[in-house]
Amino acid sequence: MSVLIRSTEGMTTAPRRTAKKARAYDRPGPFSYALLIALFTGAAFPLWWSFVIGSRQASDINLVPVALVPGPNFLTNVAKAFETVNFGQALVNSVIIAGTITVSVVFFSTLAGFAFAKLKFRGRNGLLVAVIVTMAIPTQLGIIPLFILMSKYLHWTGTLGAVIVPGLVTAFGVFFMRQYLVDVIPDELIEAARIDGANMWGVFWHIGVPAARPAMAVLGLFTFMAAWTDFLWPLLVLGPTNPSVQTALAALSAAGGHSPDHSMVLAGAVISVLPLLLLFLVAGKQLIAGIMQGAVKG
Amino acid sequence: MTATVAPRVPGLTFRQRMSRFDVKLSPYLYISPFFILFALIGLFPIIYTFNVSLYDWHLLKGQGDFVGLANYTDVLGDALFWNAFGNTISIFVLSAVPQLVFAVIIAAVLDQALRASTFWRMSILLPYIVAPVAVAVIFTQIFSQFNGPIAGFFTSLGLEPIRWSFDVLPSHIAVASMVNWRWTGYNALILLAAMQAVPRDLYESAAIDGAGRIRRFWSITIPMIRPTMIFVIITATIGSLQIFAEPKLFDQGSSGNVYGGSNRQYQTLVLYLYELAFPRRDFGHASAVAWLLFLLIVVFGIINFLISRTIAAQDNSPKRGARRARRTAAGATVGGTQS
Repeated sequence: MSVLIRSTEGMTTAPRRTAKKARAYDRPGPFSYALLIALFTGAAFPLWWSFVIGSRQASDINLVPVALVPGPNFLTNVAKAFETVNFGQALVNSVIIAGTITVSVVFFSTLAGFAFAKLKFRGRNGLLVAVIVTMAIPTQLGIIPLFILMSKYLHWTGTLGAVIVPGLVTAFGVFFMRQYLVDVIPDELIEAARIDGANMWGVFWHIGVPAARPAMAVLGLFTFMAAWTDFLWPLLVLGPTNPSVQTALAALSAAGGHSPDHSMVLAGAVISVLPLLLLFLVAGKQLIAGIMQGAVKG
Repeated sequence: MTATVAPRVPGLTFRQRMSRFDVKLSPYLYISPFFILFALIGLFPIIYTFNVSLYDWHLLKGQGDFVGLANYTDVLGDALFWNAFGNTISIFVLSAVPQLVFAVIIAAVLDQALRASTFWRMSILLPYIVAPVAVAVIFTQIFSQFNGPIAGFFTSLGLEPIRWSFDVLPSHIAVASMVNWRWTGYNALILLAAMQAVPRDLYESAAIDGAGRIRRFWSITIPMIRPTMIFVIITATIGSLQIFAEPKLFDQGSSGNVYGGSNRQYQTLVLYLYELAFPRRDFGHASAVAWLLFLLIVVFGIINFLISRTIAAQDNSPKRGARRARRTAAGATVGGTQS
């Protein structure tokens, strides 16, 4: 926990070094670039190869040396995947699930994070410690009572609500927003707004939210990715007729039994990755900044 | 802020009283959605799991007889529990160690004045956006005994193909590879942040004193980023204690695998929990496993706390060297959680 609390300092004080300030001792040699190219290959190969096999016929998986050039059958294989499992519904469902969870987590985290960072109230420090402690709780282990709740009492199994509701807030989000806002808004600004007659909601909406925007974007990215990639809980509460992208892909990979259609399965895997890949190409820089400022495993 | 909400403070207009009320109450209104929702969806289920673990509890029939701690003794006497425990530890070792070594090396390479540094950072982070399900599906094809690039490689060398999903150690290597592929770049970026917080003048003066590149790495970089390395190790540990999708889906088509291999040779603890709770419909025993796993994670959390406290104590000792810088290096990783 002390790591967590000490961490506040690092967020803004970590010195940044630019290429211009480089000295002789840290100038990269050809070995560095060779290693980086190898890393890039290792990171990209499984995805590229999936696309290659997904765009050819299934037997091409046996080619030696390995097939590296895409074939003409990608759309055919994708169509087969969509016929085998309900991928269309799955994509719509995952967008709804991840989108709703993201909006909820970002909103409630900003609200609570703003209160913890900038408002004075009795019990603030104790409650903040409670937030930090709850961050360490592996909520994944509460699935059995949650399942009983969803199936027996709420009768929500098979509906998107069963996946969305358990994701509506995270302790990490609150802590993350608090850490960001505590430094970024000067107290004088809030006092000035109060003197000008703004009520507390006005202070939050017109000062807190605009200041929080960059952190909201980063938190939103992480939350969306975590919700999109979640598997265990959707597997338990969503049936095969109303799948998420991950449960649909899991069903697809089991569909062939002993002789699966490798091209179809890998084409499906590519489809499941595509939305996050696009997001990554657009917002990868923010994601990297978020991790390096200290974001977290989602 | 010391005044209480007194309804009759003389000299206050209605408007002013409303304003005071607003100031007092708003913070609680702002934090309450989080606490109320978290209590319902986070805290209550974990605590209620303990209650379930004290009963015979069937998925469909519901609550049965109170059995005390019998579920716990049953589980601890079950060879399958210890099988899953051993597999989890084995996969943890096979993933945490190479992951940390490679992440440190990658971070050191990235901690230079590179051309196109954003491109390289993005390329090592690419696997992170691939969901564990997709990783498992893709790596099942790569780590196939009969087809795919690795099998082709072995055949072309005239070697016996490795039975990735049938033999214990190869299957653990395959599952660990999925975890390593997805997380190494992510951890490298965390370590890179710590490395960038190391003051450059330390390197400069060491270089002037004649220390070579390797020497500077071992004598400056590694000690300075140690707190962050411990942080990465602990989060990787807690994460790998909860691995599920990778063993669940590895080779699931051909072996009819729902339990982590035809002979549970790569069944992890969470997968064991899943097998108990859903295919076997035994919520009582599954809840006992959940709590045992919870305790295991708490133990690791306490170790985390003790280690970081020890490091903090070292920081305060009057030893020579850049204390402040070391603390900054620790700070560069804003606290982690596993959700």
